Formats: sequence, C-alpha cells, structure tokens
Amino acid sequence: MKAYIARRFLYMILLLVMASMVSFIVITLPPGDYLTSYIMRLKAQGQDVGLDEELALRRQYGLDQPYYIQYFKWASQMLRGNMGRSFEFNRPVWDVIQPRLGMTILVAGVSLIFTYVMAIPIGIYSAVRQYSIGDYVFTVIGFAGVSIPNFLLALVVMVFAYRTFGTSIGGLFSIEYVDAPWSLAKIQDLIKHLPVPIIVIGLSGTAWLIRTMRATLLDELHKPYVQTARAKGLKEGKLLAKYPIRVALNPIASTVGWALPGLFSGQTIISIVLDLPTIGPILLRSLMTEDMFLAASTLFISTALTLVGTLISDMLLVWLDPRIQYT
Amino acid sequence: MNDNQLLLKVRDLKTYFFLEEGTVHAIDGADFDIRRGEAVGVVGESGCGKSVTGQSILRIVPNPGEVVEGEITFYRYEKRDDGTEVQEVVDLTALDPRGDEIRSIRGGEISMVFQEPMTSLSPVHTMGQQIMEAIILHQKVDEDEARRRAIEMLRRVGMPQPESTVDSYPHQLSGGMRQRGMIAMALSCSPSLLIADEPTTALDVTTEAQILQLMRDLQQDLGMAIMFITHDLGVIAEMTSRVVVMYMGKVVEGADVDTLFYDPKHPYTRALLNSIPRLGHDKSERLESIKGVVPDPYNLPPGCPFHPRCASFMPGVCNVEEVPNFVIEPGHTARCFLYAD
Repeated sequence: MKAYIARRFLYMILLLVMASMVSFIVITLPPGDYLTSYIMRLKAQGQDVGLDEELALRRQYGLDQPYYIQYFKWASQMLRGNMGRSFEFNRPVWDVIQPRLGMTILVAGVSLIFTYVMAIPIGIYSAVRQYSIGDYVFTVIGFAGVSIPNFLLALVVMVFAYRTFGTSIGGLFSIEYVDAPWSLAKIQDLIKHLPVPIIVIGLSGTAWLIRTMRATLLDELHKPYVQTARAKGLKEGKLLAKYPIRVALNPIASTVGWALPGLFSGQTIISIVLDLPTIGPILLRSLMTEDMFLAASTLFISTALTLVGTLISDMLLVWLDPRIQYT
Repeated sequence: MNDNQLLLKVRDLKTYFFLEEGTVHAIDGADFDIRRGEAVGVVGESGCGKSVTGQSILRIVPNPGEVVEGEITFYRYEKRDDGTEVQEVVDLTALDPRGDEIRSIRGGEISMVFQEPMTSLSPVHTMGQQIMEAIILHQKVDEDEARRRAIEMLRRVGMPQPESTVDSYPHQLSGGMRQRGMIAMALSCSPSLLIADEPTTALDVTTEAQILQLMRDLQQDLGMAIMFITHDLGVIAEMTSRVVVMYMGKVVEGADVDTLFYDPKHPYTRALLNSIPRLGHDKSERLESIKGVVPDPYNLPPGCPFHPRCASFMPGVCNVEEVPNFVIEPGHTARCFLYAD
C-alpha cells in the first residue's frame, strides 16, 4: 500500500510539471499578450502611448523575454509558493484568489452535499420501487434536470423570484452586507441567499446521480447474492443496505474525489449569471484580458486538485472494494 | 426419529409470474412430500419450474412472481426437555413473505444452496462475515462464538485451513471452495431441510463428485432432509431416494428412485430416460430425443402440456381435460390419463 501511494505521488509530480507547462502554454496561445490589450485600451481612452513607453512597460512586466524564460521564472516562483502578480489587479495572484476562495468552497461544498443527500436516497427508492408512480415522477424530474442547461434555469429562477417576491436574488449577500464585517445578521443574510444557487448548481448533478444510483442498484438487486442473503432470513431493509446498496455505492463513493477541482473553480457560468463572488468568473476574466499569471496559476491549481482528487478516488475504491488490488 | 414423519407437504402449488406479455404459469400444480432425513430429487428440463419450487417454499419468489394457490405445509419438530418431541404445523403459503415467522424459518430451519457459487456470495464480505451473519441471526450467540462456529463449520465441509479461509473474500477462493463455503453457510444453523438448487452445475466433474460426496456425508451426520433440484438424472440416481419429475410447471410423476428408473410410467419420464446414453448401447444407433419443442409458456396447450410431444397421445382426452394425479401404487403417482381407473 505504501509503495503504491509513493509511486502514485511520483507520477503526480511528473504530471504536475506537465500540467504547469500546459497551463502556461494555453495563456500564450492567443495573439498578443496582456500589454497589447492594455495599450489598446489606453489608446481607446485617448492616451498616446509611444514605442519607448511600450518597451519600458514590456520590460517592467518581463514580457520582453522569450516564453520559456517567462515560464521558468513563473515556475520557480511557484515552487517557493509565490504565484506571481496579476497585471490587471496589480496585486499578488494569491491576494486576488484568496478572498473568493471561502465563498467558492462554501457554495460548491454545500451544493455537493445537497446533491448526495438528495440523489442517493431518491436513487435507492427509484430502484427498489422500480416502475412505481414515485419512480416515474423522479425519472421525469431527473431527465428534466439533466437536459435543462443550468444557466438557463438560473435565469428562469431569477425572473420568477423577481416577479413573485420583488427581490433580486443575485449574489450571496444583500447590498448592505456585501462589504460589512461578519456578524450574525450577515450570516443570516447569507443563509437566505444560499438556497437558489445551491439548487441551481446542484440540480443537474442530482439528476445525474439519481439515474446512476438507480441503474447501478437495479443491476445489483437481481444478483444471486441478494437472494442468498434473503434466504438467510435477513430483514428486507437491512438486507438491501448491507448487500446491494453497499455494492452499488462503491462507484459513486469512489468518484467523490473528482469533485475537488469543482470546489476550487466552481461553476463559472452560473456564478456569472447569479453574480456569485467565486473564483470561476475571475478565471474567465483573466483569460479574456490575458492576465497570464493569474490565469496560469488558477488553471494550475485546478489541475493539481484534479490529480489529488483522482488519487483520493482510487484510494477510496481500493478501500471499499476488496476485489481491487494495488499493483 | 421416525423415518416416515412428514417434514414438508406440497399440495396443488401454483406460482405465477405476472408479466406485461402475459402470465407465466411457472408452477401449475405441484404435489410432493418430503419426509424427515430423506433426499428427494426434483428433476426436469430448464424452465420447468424446479427452481421456482424451491423459491416458493422459502417464499423468496422474485417479483413479479407470486404464490397464488396451494399449500406448503411445514412440520416443525421441537425436542422438549423430557425427551418427547412436539410437532408444530405451519402453512408457509399463508405467511407474510416479509414477516418474522418466515424469516425465522429461512436460513434457520430451511436453507438453500444456489447454483452459481461465483455470484451467490457477496463480493465485498468475507466468507466468515457471511456465515457468522446467519449464525447470529438465528442463534443466541455473541460474535466470538459465532466466529468459532463458522470456523468449525468450514472445517466440517472440508475447507482447507479454515482459520485463515474464514477471512478470505469469495474472489480469493476457487469455485469448489466457494460452494463448500456456501454449504457451510446453509448448514450453520442445522436446518431440517436443505434445498440444493443445482449446486454442482457450475462446477467441473471432479469437484462435482467431491461436493456430492460431502453433501451425502453431511446429510447422514446431521439427519437433515435434502431437496435436490437438478436436470442431471445421474446425480438424481446417486443422491436421492425419491424423485419427482416436473414438466411445464407440473409434477408429472413421483416415485422412489428405483421404480422411476426401472418402471417409469409417465410418457415424459420414459422419453427422458430414453434420451440418456447407456453402456452397451450400439454405437451406430442414434440417441433418442424427445420430439417436438417445449411449448410457449405464454400459450400453453389445453389439457396435458405434454400431449403435443407425447407418443401415447389420446385425441379427445389428453388435449381437452386437465389431468389429475393418479395413484399407481402407494408412493407412485403419475399425472397421465393412461393410468385412469
């Protein structure tokens, strides 16, 4: 087991190096760089930027050097825990991400819990009572949830809430609390704002998970070992939980790790529609303005979390299913 | 123990499956008895209702199947402190299939060994966990004692190194070992009836012979009755003392094993026995097969279900009336108009 984890860590380091290169290359792909778009904006505002000034700026930002040198500078800073500076915000990247990190984890985490808490019991019910009225109702809701794009749902919910309650439901706080220090009232305000984004973000995942849970459990319910357990004289409910549900949960429990990058970068489009202060919109903006260190660092953290999440998933699966061996 | 004491009496059992395409009469009139300590064979081709008979007795017929008619009378014998035995009679068809009473019988007094040892054991629990569960469920013992008994049971079914195999997962064991484990689980609560549903079909012949030998030994040691479900007449001849033959959900003939092999009465039984190769058979002769095909289960022919394939078909009789059970001599019955008085 230890050797297995050690080997996986080695692979991970290798992959992380490659991921950091890819993250960086992605940012250099579009024509021009941050300064090109920055000078264009300055010119659009009527300011005259001369060639000398442009060169001076380029040197100041380090953009006059070849890409591979820029990469090594950034990478060596990353190793020391410094993610570089955001050109646009003129602050260290970490200072841009950090204030939004808490809210991102909160929104994504609560949505994730909502998804599992709703989907697993409903999926079990749908499988055990296959073709019952309840199963049909959840099937319809499930397919609707999978097929409706959630940004569209977000818009519909916002219009609906505005028309019926006369309140804007964007954001996570009412205007008076946005910049206010933390207090009980601010937390209450947050709790009032949370349900809409949670449901909008969680719905498609919930719908998917219901279908997955139902399908895997239906496969297991008719396996002979369930009949063996029944022939032992076990109570039906206990039997279901101990045998088929336990086996059907394995693939679901083992994919929990994959949610890790989502906890960090969050749902970008929904966050923009609902005006949520999460990291997703920042990432999008940095890509549009070619704010290279902010974009590369955010992409890199996302990739790193994907790798860690996959490792956690694999380890969970080994722990849950004795048939799987580490080799 | 009186050998003639009844243990299980099945009368006019009907189990139907209600499917969208129609109703399948999986069992459509099964009558037979099992006495204490006796090995009874249930033989028939695939789809004749043998396995559903076993499931009906335990009341674990899978959805959308249901026991719709008939009686399954189970005789429980309890030893009192003064040595006398009291008999209690339960009609299993009258019990709630999820109720406490049938659950105390399942695994405790009647247990079952299934066909596929590969898939009939939980892949995520150890052999020991699965055996201990049955012991704790039916006997008042703690976990340590249950583990001791599980190891003892594994030793008894000839499992090598029971102290370590008790902690093995099924995928770590061979097919024969798994079936030994399955038998250990079924016998862990000393049932009075063991239903063995083709327990050796999935095993190779060498392992099959070992498992059959083991079951015969255990039957003698523990004095339990066995209902042996199989399509293999050779296994029937070797293992059982009485046989019932099923065709399309009906018990068509019942007799002791010698009578059935040397003096079969029902045309189906005769045809079945004729289709077995025998020593001394002329090599150039083709093996006989039963002509025609098994009828469509959704669309059974009227009267005797075997009449379209029968060599002794009597037009106007066999294809018109339901055939009752005729007693040819005590202990030998056939469901055929040839034996009407």
